[in-house]
Amino acid sequence: MPIDSSEFAILQGLVSKHAAIVLDTGKEYLAESRLTPVARTAGCASVAELLRRVHDDPRSPLVGRVVEAMTTNETSFFRDMHPFEALRTTIIPELMRARANERSLNLWCAAASSGQEPYTVAMTLLEHFPQLQQWKLRFVASDIAPAMLARCREGRYSQLEVNRGLPAKYLVKYFDKAGAEWQLKPHVRSMIEFVEVNLARPFPAWPQMDIVFMRNVLIYFSLETKRDILRRVRKQMRPDGWFFLGGSESTLNVDDKWTRVQLDKTSVYRPVP
Amino acid sequence: MNLPEQGTTRRPRALVIDDSRAVRSIIRQILADLSFEVHEAEDGQQALAKIDELGGVDLATVDWNMPVMNGLQFVEALRTKPEHAGTCLVMVTTETDMDYVRRALEAGADEFVMKPFTRDVILDKLNIAGSGA
Repeated sequence: MPIDSSEFAILQGLVSKHAAIVLDTGKEYLAESRLTPVARTAGCASVAELLRRVHDDPRSPLVGRVVEAMTTNETSFFRDMHPFEALRTTIIPELMRARANERSLNLWCAAASSGQEPYTVAMTLLEHFPQLQQWKLRFVASDIAPAMLARCREGRYSQLEVNRGLPAKYLVKYFDKAGAEWQLKPHVRSMIEFVEVNLARPFPAWPQMDIVFMRNVLIYFSLETKRDILRRVRKQMRPDGWFFLGGSESTLNVDDKWTRVQLDKTSVYRPVP
Repeated sequence: MNLPEQGTTRRPRALVIDDSRAVRSIIRQILADLSFEVHEAEDGQQALAKIDELGGVDLATVDWNMPVMNGLQFVEALRTKPEHAGTCLVMVTTETDMDYVRRALEAGADEFVMKPFTRDVILDKLNIAGSGA
């Protein structure tokens, strides 16, 4: 039984309250596809029944699982490829020159989902910049969903996931076979600190960042929340830092204190001094 | 590798090497949609003959387990020919052990796809092959 408008309104209220995410009317199909597995494991006959249950019992642990399911993004290793090329060819070499004295770099991957993006960055650093292992590297990856963060820390991926976009030489070099799955080697996993962060709320007390990835997540927020997040990201960054958004996203008409830099096929943003 | 661009005069050539007609047909369709001129071979030996006949191909997808000459032997044989050094070789196989991936790369394969795969898997692998990642 498909969900009706009152049940969809329950969901809109939940994701707005817990994640400040705007779920537009018309996205009922998304609710059905994301929540059907949650409904099944919770013993509900339908997504509609699941939503009525979380509405009737706002303290139910199901609330967290519903919000998690709605805020998890599809991701893959080397997704869109070009941002990682920009990192390898321009950004890291430039930052290594600029930070040659202090020998320290701070990176943040926001909305890490199942971890492919931060691990892509980690493997790129290991592969092309081994000298960074002598630097002080603070690499945090955040997500709103505790279950996703637990997955990230495990660093285990299915065959289909490693098939998507991961160069075979990286599979051989940085993964171990773990039964039918593949697990990142301990020295790769230990590079990244996975932290629960709701982007709509204040960020943790982190050092100022040199590189921030926040791809394909701002699209879910209202204009006001988006503006607030961009303003706080600016304050969280070093003045010569680099900020990545998703390919279809921009700071334009949201927060004008950014300069867009075109690096080959990817756009990167830098805070305006 | 550089994927074909719409409207270019010479379409890049791909050779699909697999002893299963069904698998050849699936990969053929994916590559044809990407504007490749697609040819087929049923084993490694047929593939080497086809490549000679065509004067070279830009891409070959290579099954591992085939009669007459298997995929690994084909990769090793092709990589001894300097004139085909630029051919992008992508293993597409049911073998999933790390040792197989390692041996394929050591023999000169550029990429490794484990069956089952989707269109996006092939597309991502072609994009990443030779990207410098």
